[in-house]
Amino acid sequence: METARPPASASALAAFFVVLAALTALGFAAISWLPVVASEHGPGVDRTIVYILVVTGVLFLVGHAVLAGFVWRYSRGGTPEYRPLSPKVEWSWALLPVLALTVASEVGVLVIGGPAWSQIYGETPAGALEIEVVGKQFEWLVRYPGKDGRFGRTAAELVHDVRNPVGLDKKDPAASDDVVLRGALHLPEGRPVVVRLRSLDVLHSFAIPELRVKQDIVPGHLGRTQFRPVRAGSYELACAELCGLGHYRMSGKVVVEPAPEFERWLREQAGWFE
Amino acid sequence: MIESSGHEGGHEAPRGFLRRYVFSTDHKVIGIQYFLTAVVMALVATVLAMLIRVQLAWPEKAVVAPETYVSLVTMHGTLMVFFVVSLALVSGFGNFLIPLHVGARDMAYPFLNMLSFWVIVPGCVLMLASFLVEGGAAAAGWTAYPPLSALGKAVPGSGLGQTLWLLAMALFIASFTMGGLNYVTTIVNCRTRGMSMMRLPLVVWTFLISAVLGLLSFPALTAAAILLLLDRHAGTSFYLPAGLVFGNETLPHQGGTPLLFQHLFWFLGHPEVYVLVLPALGIGFEVIAAFARRPPFGYRLSVYSILVIAVLSMIVWGHHMFVSGMNPYLGKYFSIVTVLITVPFSVLGLNLIASLWRGRIRLDAAMLFALGLVSAIGIGGLGGLYLGTATSDLYFHDSYFVVGHFHFTIGTVTFFGIYAGTYYWFPKMFGRRMDEGLGRVHFWLTVTSLFPMFLLMHYQGLGGLLRRTYDPTVYAYNAAARGLNLSITLLAFGLGAGQIVFLVNLFRSMFAGERTGENPWQATTLEWTTESPAPHGNWRREVPSAHRSPYEYGRNGGAEDFVLQSAEKA
Repeated sequence: METARPPASASALAAFFVVLAALTALGFAAISWLPVVASEHGPGVDRTIVYILVVTGVLFLVGHAVLAGFVWRYSRGGTPEYRPLSPKVEWSWALLPVLALTVASEVGVLVIGGPAWSQIYGETPAGALEIEVVGKQFEWLVRYPGKDGRFGRTAAELVHDVRNPVGLDKKDPAASDDVVLRGALHLPEGRPVVVRLRSLDVLHSFAIPELRVKQDIVPGHLGRTQFRPVRAGSYELACAELCGLGHYRMSGKVVVEPAPEFERWLREQAGWFE
Repeated sequence: MIESSGHEGGHEAPRGFLRRYVFSTDHKVIGIQYFLTAVVMALVATVLAMLIRVQLAWPEKAVVAPETYVSLVTMHGTLMVFFVVSLALVSGFGNFLIPLHVGARDMAYPFLNMLSFWVIVPGCVLMLASFLVEGGAAAAGWTAYPPLSALGKAVPGSGLGQTLWLLAMALFIASFTMGGLNYVTTIVNCRTRGMSMMRLPLVVWTFLISAVLGLLSFPALTAAAILLLLDRHAGTSFYLPAGLVFGNETLPHQGGTPLLFQHLFWFLGHPEVYVLVLPALGIGFEVIAAFARRPPFGYRLSVYSILVIAVLSMIVWGHHMFVSGMNPYLGKYFSIVTVLITVPFSVLGLNLIASLWRGRIRLDAAMLFALGLVSAIGIGGLGGLYLGTATSDLYFHDSYFVVGHFHFTIGTVTFFGIYAGTYYWFPKMFGRRMDEGLGRVHFWLTVTSLFPMFLLMHYQGLGGLLRRTYDPTVYAYNAAARGLNLSITLLAFGLGAGQIVFLVNLFRSMFAGERTGENPWQATTLEWTTESPAPHGNWRREVPSAHRSPYEYGRNGGAEDFVLQSAEKA
């Protein structure tokens, strides 16, 4: 019954699985797809990704090797026997994947990913710079509190595309020196930043891939995210949540510069009503 | 256990074309009606996919307008998930197979069954009609997140197109609920003598759990859709907070939150993945058993794993909302439970692979697709870890990694389940075989284009390419990732061409395929104990009883190496 060589179709399929798995793994390993990382917590995020890449890579390669091997080996004919397993044997077989996958996946969540997650969502470090980012179709608005260090009151009724894009209330003394910019965000290198997030219309998502930052902005909620840029440079701000026909072009610029240069830049900015 | 003897006797085959093929109450006809409806919808959804790919490969040519593009991605997703995979796999194969597998003459409620099909037809018509109305089809994503989906001012597709989308979804849910009730009742109450729950073929278990999950989770979407309709047309504010500004004008809504919709949507949306994936796995088990001549490895283990998946799937929806601003402790909880799903899934995957152990594999088209399905589960399941772990999802959320991932799970696994099932059960549906040569061509064209295509999307996600982006050249950081777009588009064309081979084979074989007998694959389950195609009432003689496990392969060696489930014990 059993023949020495499996039929061509079995060899082809086995080869397909092996080549597919090998090339896929190679594609992940040989090319560094991730953009440069420019924030303090970023390496923690990348570590989590690399950990999962390694774990799933091993499982993926072994799984496909076994699948290919079985396809190849058991296409040669033979006389299978009907031998159902006893429940005990079944359970002991299951123990291996259950333990392996539980440990592998929870280590990723708790041990590797946990600290980075806590860093992103933990206590705000002292001396953080607080700024506000407002999303609207299809533009980013950025507000700095100005010399008084306080954000002035805003109201939706006061919003006007051209005259008052974030809806600053002139009657509030804290509002007069607030700096409002369109599409560009300046940040000091090395200082923690807290971003207050607001949306004027639909959902947006505040994403800076190089800083490993992504936070949805939900209208009606005052959102926040925090990070510490550690590498000076110019980065891109993207909207990561579908927000309408112009979603694709809702981009912005993030300039991270040494603290003195940032301070100088900030001093030069006039308040919206000044 | 109630026998289906109530159907015996006065259950004559209806005469006349209308009652037989159009307004039929026969579960097999209804199953095929669902299947063919899904084929039509698949054609539309595929054309949309090709348009998306053309735009992404040559964004500078602006082949479609930006507002059309968001409609395309929205409708491609909606049609594929709800009107193609759900209809073909769950409604189509579920209807066709369940009574044949459990030994019943028909579904528990044949009239309800017919009604469920005729409710989905206007649903399909409304979905397709929405392309033609002012503003175009819905454009808020298949997830239909408000405020985009709630306000006509937010996006052109949020006019009549979105309303039609919601009405069509309501019809879909009504139809799916009727079907689910029928499945659960039939499987629990209409099994033949001797068909204990632990003697059910695994595919029936997957249909049962899929139906239960659907019944438990779809009400959340129904509620979500009704509230959204009210927000759109009755001036309520369930999802709309105060202070929304469009064109310098403040809207009068207040008090709602868009997050409510996201929770309701994903309370359905996540279990829906398993509603679709589980039956595909079930088909994988049936086909692999028949073509490896081995009982599936670890029957009990597989059943328990399916049950564990069902429980877990109901408590993990929040992993779609890691970056929505949820409490970070909640994010941690959803991470911990989400990645646990890989555990029962790995058991199922390993059981499928181990079913080949010491088998005698025959690589017919059905088996080729079943084995491709095993590989796709591996890729989809492992990819889930990146997204289920909150810390890495922070980077991958709404990127092409997600797109690649779900095209393996609810895309490839389900489609391969449909294809494996079609090649395998076609003889029982039409009394003819599909062409084996064309089947192999279909398989090879499909795997050599599909796997690289969706795997490349994982790299794109790693490179930070964001989904639903009409023109990715707006950004510079994603240059490496978007450089793959042309390759992916060309692969997509190859994939599309491969499916034409399938369609030709399907329709040609219906009329000109080689005729087959009762049991062309020498398989063991009850559907192979009746003639092909199965007659009205499923068995001309008495309904067979189940006397043994559904998978007694490799019994005697030699040519007759199997024992039918209906064979009495010596």
